[in-house]
Amino acid sequence: MDATAKKTTQKLVKLADAVIGQTNAGKNPALAVPTRTLANVRFNEKKRIIELGGDTQKRLFFNVGQAKKFMQTFLVGAACKELIAEGKTTSIRDLYYLTKHTLGETKQNTFEEQEESDPIIEDLEVTVDALREELHLFASNKGNLVGEITLVDSGDTIDARRMGSGGWGVPSIVEADVIQFKRHEAKFVLLVEKDAVFRRLNEDRFWKKHHCILIHGGGQPPRGVRRLVNRLHEELGLPVYVLVDNDPWGFYIYSVVKQGSINLAYESMRMAVPKARFVGLSSFDKAKFELPDNVTIKMTDDDERRGKQMLAYPWFQKKQWQKELTQMLKSGIKLEIEALSSMGISFITEEYLPRKLRDGDWLE
Amino acid sequence: MSLGPMTPTTAPKSQKTKKAQEPPQRQLELIAPPPAEAEAAPQAASTADPGSAPEPKRRATAEQMAQKQREISISEFFTKNRHLLGFDNPSKALLTAVKEAVDNSLDACEEAGILPDVRVEVHELPGGHYRVAVEDNGPGIVKAQIPKVFGKLLYGSKFHRLKQSRGQQGIGISAAVMYGQLTTGKASVVVSKTGKGRPAHHFEIQLDTRKNAPVVLRDEEVELEKDHGTRVEIEMVADYLHGQRSLLRYLEQTALANPHAALTYVRPNAEPLVFPRASNEPPKEAVEIKPHPHGVELGALMLMLSESRAREVGAFLQQEFSRISSKAADEICAAAKIPRTRRPASLDRAQAAALHSAIAAAKLMAPPLSCLSPIGDELVRKGLINFLSVTEAERAADEAEDGSPAPEAPAPMEKEEGATAGEERIKGHTFFIATVTRPPKVYRGNPFQVEVGLAYGGDWPADRSIELYRFANRVPLLFQRSACGMTEAVVKTDWRNYLLSQPKGALPVGPMVLFVHIASVWVPFTSESKEAVAHYPEILKEIQLAAQECGRKLAAHIRKRQHADYEAKRRSIFELYIQELSRSLHLISGKPEERIKKKLLELAKGFTGGEEEEEGGPKRSDDEAGAPAPAPKKKAPAEAEEED
Repeated sequence: MDATAKKTTQKLVKLADAVIGQTNAGKNPALAVPTRTLANVRFNEKKRIIELGGDTQKRLFFNVGQAKKFMQTFLVGAACKELIAEGKTTSIRDLYYLTKHTLGETKQNTFEEQEESDPIIEDLEVTVDALREELHLFASNKGNLVGEITLVDSGDTIDARRMGSGGWGVPSIVEADVIQFKRHEAKFVLLVEKDAVFRRLNEDRFWKKHHCILIHGGGQPPRGVRRLVNRLHEELGLPVYVLVDNDPWGFYIYSVVKQGSINLAYESMRMAVPKARFVGLSSFDKAKFELPDNVTIKMTDDDERRGKQMLAYPWFQKKQWQKELTQMLKSGIKLEIEALSSMGISFITEEYLPRKLRDGDWLE
Repeated sequence: MSLGPMTPTTAPKSQKTKKAQEPPQRQLELIAPPPAEAEAAPQAASTADPGSAPEPKRRATAEQMAQKQREISISEFFTKNRHLLGFDNPSKALLTAVKEAVDNSLDACEEAGILPDVRVEVHELPGGHYRVAVEDNGPGIVKAQIPKVFGKLLYGSKFHRLKQSRGQQGIGISAAVMYGQLTTGKASVVVSKTGKGRPAHHFEIQLDTRKNAPVVLRDEEVELEKDHGTRVEIEMVADYLHGQRSLLRYLEQTALANPHAALTYVRPNAEPLVFPRASNEPPKEAVEIKPHPHGVELGALMLMLSESRAREVGAFLQQEFSRISSKAADEICAAAKIPRTRRPASLDRAQAAALHSAIAAAKLMAPPLSCLSPIGDELVRKGLINFLSVTEAERAADEAEDGSPAPEAPAPMEKEEGATAGEERIKGHTFFIATVTRPPKVYRGNPFQVEVGLAYGGDWPADRSIELYRFANRVPLLFQRSACGMTEAVVKTDWRNYLLSQPKGALPVGPMVLFVHIASVWVPFTSESKEAVAHYPEILKEIQLAAQECGRKLAAHIRKRQHADYEAKRRSIFELYIQELSRSLHLISGKPEERIKKKLLELAKGFTGGEEEEEGGPKRSDDEAGAPAPAPKKKAPAEAEEED
């Protein structure tokens, strides 16, 4: 067992011992779970990342509303301890099944669905201050990469230039002990929101022509993708460009890549790329590229609410971002990246991106 | 005078009226309120006079008809209209006979200040005959009165006075004797002894239905062990099979409303049933009062005027009524424009009417309330507990019919363990009991008082209508429930406010017995069979107020119960989670699972309000882990959570 594993195990044992101690003292067992809400994150202006604040939420066992979560936290903890002891790593979905069973003679289960167990894992991470991978857990793989780089994944050399149409699947854990960078010619990293756009750019060999690494995260990029982008940026000094839809959700993906998320604020340090650049779609691109009216989509009430929320976020206070959001809300329309195809199927590779990159037409 | 069995079809010979020789009866006939008699008499006369040929031609002259017209004796009338007295059919006759005798026994004991010990026997004889015997430890009846009390209708002590009692008219027991005689031809036996050292008299009595007079077949002195008391035995055609339910209900409910009485019921084909005395406190003696002027009707007033021995109207008012002072009498006379020195008998109808309206308009004190003897909340409560002890044991015996030993004799008054305020543990079930006695009120010049009690819970079905037990002067009313004003008052109460469901226009639904008692010097029954109380708004309102007060107590109890259930559920959740948590903690820390679990279970008791109330969570360590009897919680969960 390596030092990290030992340390993580100790953290878990300490947590359990504390609860047993409270029980023996006749007290209601309590856990202090750092709060993962907007109220307990702050935007570090200097580092330009979202950091977790010091607020914790007391999780009591003898409280009808909290007892189950309390019990679940230790169920997950026990499973993680076993994984660490056996030197195995498993997916959070696996863990869900590992810890799921029926309670006594009832029809209740320890967990009813994975949506219940995932937040518990995150709670445990913040409570014992251990990263997911330190708990020997990973999320399912999501996101692919192609481009001018050769790397090693669990000992296998991967030439990302020869990845066919699908690209190399980015694993959930991309720490240095798993992934090492060998050689690269890339000048920047281009992170796109979705698979369809990734396919277009890959088919057009955009990464070859413009010497870059192309990654997609399948919507909101998972931790593996974000951590990898962070490493490419930090270790190889590559600038990062982000291409997302022109809607509040697209903007927020950029924001998460750039300064971290509220939910995983405790990981911002390792994941955020404060210098990431936004290359579109901008709220002003429709006019700039003279896109036809019929490619726009009307904003929903949800979109509007989200947009207004984001206007208030401290990390969206830059003048340009306020302008972008205000324009979007004012026009009441949104644009998908695919809308560019109305100008020709390869408009994005041949016209849009080169022009943006050439003109330095991005936002930070 | 021959005394063979009288049947209704025996054609009575015309006879001379005996009015003059029997003043008490005469007076009765004059003021007797039974409207049934007044209205039904002509009808009875016409049915006794069967028509002959169908031709429309004149059949008889007035003179011829006059020969057939004659007085009908009260006994003859009731012989034909026995349903008016509750002898409609053989099953009901059994109940009525027992009821009349028991009512008399209880009244007599009460008046004499004796704690009643009443024994009811029903013996099955061949040929559908039954011998009903009721024996009490009452004051006994003097020899001379025995034949009249049992052998003459409308003879009694209770009719002429305004005092709360069970019997009112003096018809009941002699009607039972008459019924026995009509159906079996046999005389009834009465044995009575009035005191220690005195002889007991054994009578065999029949009723001359034409003369409404007793006939004594045998009269002898016998030895009787007890110091005083009366036993009456009536043989009659009856239907025990169909009558036993209501008879049992009558006796149960009588015991319920008379917690000072001990009742023994010897019945065919079953163990004797014993209702022990629930209280050694005899009921407060009801005092006889004069009528309150506000209740008097014009006709009655005229009669009183004509019969009064007072020489002046003013004195008449003061003497004959309660609550009329000299000053009030002056005012009434002035308002009626009648000199107060007028002779009462000299007033004509118009003047009497003026006097009547002047009385109605006069501001008078409410009638004295000493004439009432309510049961009292505490005794209603004891009665309910006693009742439940016996009926629940009886029910348990019914359920364990085959082979299992008979239930132990009910021991009602010991309070079983584990009950809290308002709750009683009875035969293994928990009941909530609430009682309310309202202050006395007045309707039409008659004081009355309402008492309501309820017993809720046990394992009674929760999806059926409640049981409504109605009582008037401690007598259970078993029939005509829907025609009764008491029922209406209960139905009109919105029980949904008290957490019971209630279909529109019906009794509420729930595991509950509701006891409603009205005590009054004159309970306004809708008929002579005394089965339903008339719908006087004053009475209905009082019943509703009492029911609401009980309802509020019930609602508080149900809420508490719900909270306790919630706590129990909470605890069971915790117990489930404790299994998981202690296992996980064991797996992580390596510490023994059982010890962690034990500690957590101990804690759980405290945080879910275990058996004891303690501040700041549980400190006791000697508790058996996981003994989960749901107990009411004293401490709010929020407080428990604040702890630490």
